[in-house]
Amino acid sequence: MTRDLDLLLPSPHPVELIDPTGQTVAEATRDLPDDAALLRAFAGLTTARRINDQASALARQGRLAVYPSSHGQEACQVAAAQVLTDDDWLFPTYRDTAAVVLRGVDVAEAFLPLQGAWHSGYDPHEHKTAPQATPLATQLLHAVGVAHAARLRGEPTVALALCGDGATSEGDFHEALNFAAVFRAPVVFLVQNNQYAISVPLARQSVAPSLAHKGIGYGVPGERVDGNDVAALLAVLGAAMTRARAGEGPQLVEAHTYRMQPHTNADDSRRYRQDDEVAGWAQRDPLARLETWLRQHDLLDDAGLAAVTADADQLAARMRTELSRDATPEPAELFAHVYATPTPQLVEQAAVVADELSREDAR
Amino acid sequence: MTSTQTTSTRPAESGGHVKLTMAQALNRALRESMAADDSVVVFGEDVGALGGVFRITDGLTAEFGDTRCFDTPLAESGIVGMAIGMAMNGMRPVVEMQFDAFAYPAFEQITSHVAKMRNRTRGKVSLPMVIRIPYAGGIGGVEHHCDSSEAYYAHTPGLHVVTPSNAADAHRLLRAAIASPDPVVFMEPKKLYWTKEEVDLGAELPGIGRAMIRREGTDATLIAYGPSVPVALEAAEVAAQEGRSLQVVDLRSIVPFDDETVCAAVRSTGRAVVVAEAPGFASVASEIVARVTERCFHSLAAPVRRAVGFDIPFPAPKLEHLQLPGVDRVLDAVDDLQWDLS
Ligand SMILES: Cc1ncc(C[n+]2csc(CCOP(=O)(O)OP(=O)(O)O)c2C)c(N)n1
Ligand SMILES: [Mg+2]
Repeated sequence: MTRDLDLLLPSPHPVELIDPTGQTVAEATRDLPDDAALLRAFAGLTTARRINDQASALARQGRLAVYPSSHGQEACQVAAAQVLTDDDWLFPTYRDTAAVVLRGVDVAEAFLPLQGAWHSGYDPHEHKTAPQATPLATQLLHAVGVAHAARLRGEPTVALALCGDGATSEGDFHEALNFAAVFRAPVVFLVQNNQYAISVPLARQSVAPSLAHKGIGYGVPGERVDGNDVAALLAVLGAAMTRARAGEGPQLVEAHTYRMQPHTNADDSRRYRQDDEVAGWAQRDPLARLETWLRQHDLLDDAGLAAVTADADQLAARMRTELSRDATPEPAELFAHVYATPTPQLVEQAAVVADELSREDAR
Repeated sequence: MTSTQTTSTRPAESGGHVKLTMAQALNRALRESMAADDSVVVFGEDVGALGGVFRITDGLTAEFGDTRCFDTPLAESGIVGMAIGMAMNGMRPVVEMQFDAFAYPAFEQITSHVAKMRNRTRGKVSLPMVIRIPYAGGIGGVEHHCDSSEAYYAHTPGLHVVTPSNAADAHRLLRAAIASPDPVVFMEPKKLYWTKEEVDLGAELPGIGRAMIRREGTDATLIAYGPSVPVALEAAEVAAQEGRSLQVVDLRSIVPFDDETVCAAVRSTGRAVVVAEAPGFASVASEIVARVTERCFHSLAAPVRRAVGFDIPFPAPKLEHLQLPGVDRVLDAVDDLQWDLS
């Protein structure tokens, strides 16, 4: 089947509905989400920001093994969680813990891997949220599989798969787009282009006109969006989800954003980028612009802001207590989940560890 | 086109004792090799401005320019595949895989092409390239950052697999690897990167394919490599206090394997324990036990034992100490060497 190229091409400029100063963009190409959606997004942004900053503090105190912050990228996380129904699946990366929490996963479960206690802390089936993926771009194919299975089983599910700009260079990214297109799978790919893959700037990943253009070669329509404008993200992602749910196939969305902090707390970003570049992006903060817009439209006042902030503070307090607790599983669990039934060798090995530990205790 | 060019394996900056970490020793080996031979190029993820996440390539772009040390797009198969082509056309690529488990996207290029090119072309095309892989645990790393992946490579005919246990060897073996006409998978025990030691850069050390005795001993032989060598040495120290004399052999090179040194050592004591972090099933440790048993059976007073990792995915940071063979697990294995029968 051939597709009209025009239908595949992203807009000439990233879709933006609320500009960095908080004003409605004139002649916008999409409708603004309704007031309720924007208020919900503001609460989400406030929560996500608080999650990031609390987690970074806990990492500095050594209470988390590591934290890859999404400070500055919260609009992508919030919109990703908000466009999903209970039938849909989310495929997050290591940087998307805020989206996982906004999806409804308890912080104690969401942060278990970052505490260094286990590899994944929640039940993916319960939350229709895959374990956060670290091997880059690999999860995109899993999303295609979940979406394809949903179609075969007659379910209304759409899979939303997240990845970074760097991950678009991996082979799996390209295979995922192609598979999704060939099988017309109900999947939406959201690339959070935060301009860096650790130290490597976007210019070293790709010289394509944009990352959204990468869909064309596979017959997947691409769109780009201001990744710090949650209104635009909700509009573009929402439309892509609806389209996928209607059986019209996958879509690729590139969100332009910026990683305001080092790759993780262990990274030294002064080695590869200038402070003034970071300062420039601070002017495009996703929270500030939505707050301005909501106040101008009489949807938010000081009392409303205080209520939203109080909820976020409560979550942060819960993080501090929950993540101070040692949630490390019992040693026996190391052998319990490798296979449905432990092999005879694993049974033996579990006994070895138990014996080592009992002799340690006896000393 | 065949690359037959060879490089001096002698250190360019000769002689002298210096204090170096393993990371610094590796950096020095890269610098010396790049200075000695224009065809040596270094590339991978974050190896340029950042100097690599472990800083092994620190300063190379500044010193040699970004045609000699450069960042690539984020794709391991691409990195190794391009290195193959460059090696076919007269260059000596030294590529970095960021972590053990992130080399897996390159597995096809490594096993189907890097390993087989010489044999497929009946010796007409050689691939003088090095794939550096930080590996193994002990640094509290999260999942996919702590795999002991050496068996995958060692099991693949056509690859040399080398792993140093100290700064001097890191320097010596990396220079030799870069000079080698065959592809070398160079596995760096990341928990030892920051251990500082006195290094004699002028010393004549054995090259790839040779094991070394790290500690003399008469009662039993501990055979270890890479991250497990310091564990074996510590176990030998503890055993000595308990009146047992343990010899420690450091393989340094898994492929080629030094049967001569290993078997001579085992024959001299009559007992052996292999120490390794990787899951024991179908592992390098299994291969060592098999070789030693086949060759030294009549000198052995007890079956060769293993103190190795369990057959489980590498645990999360808070549980990794249970997986890593420590002094106690090594000495338990030594205790099992049928001492009452001798
Ligand atoms: C296959 C693979 N290779 C390398 C890595 C190491 N690594 C972790 S994050 C990262 C950068 C990813 O950049 P990007 O996709 O832009 O996402 P971001 O971290 O910016 O959110 C790298 C190289 C990995 N996790 N997986
Ligand atoms: Mg990025």
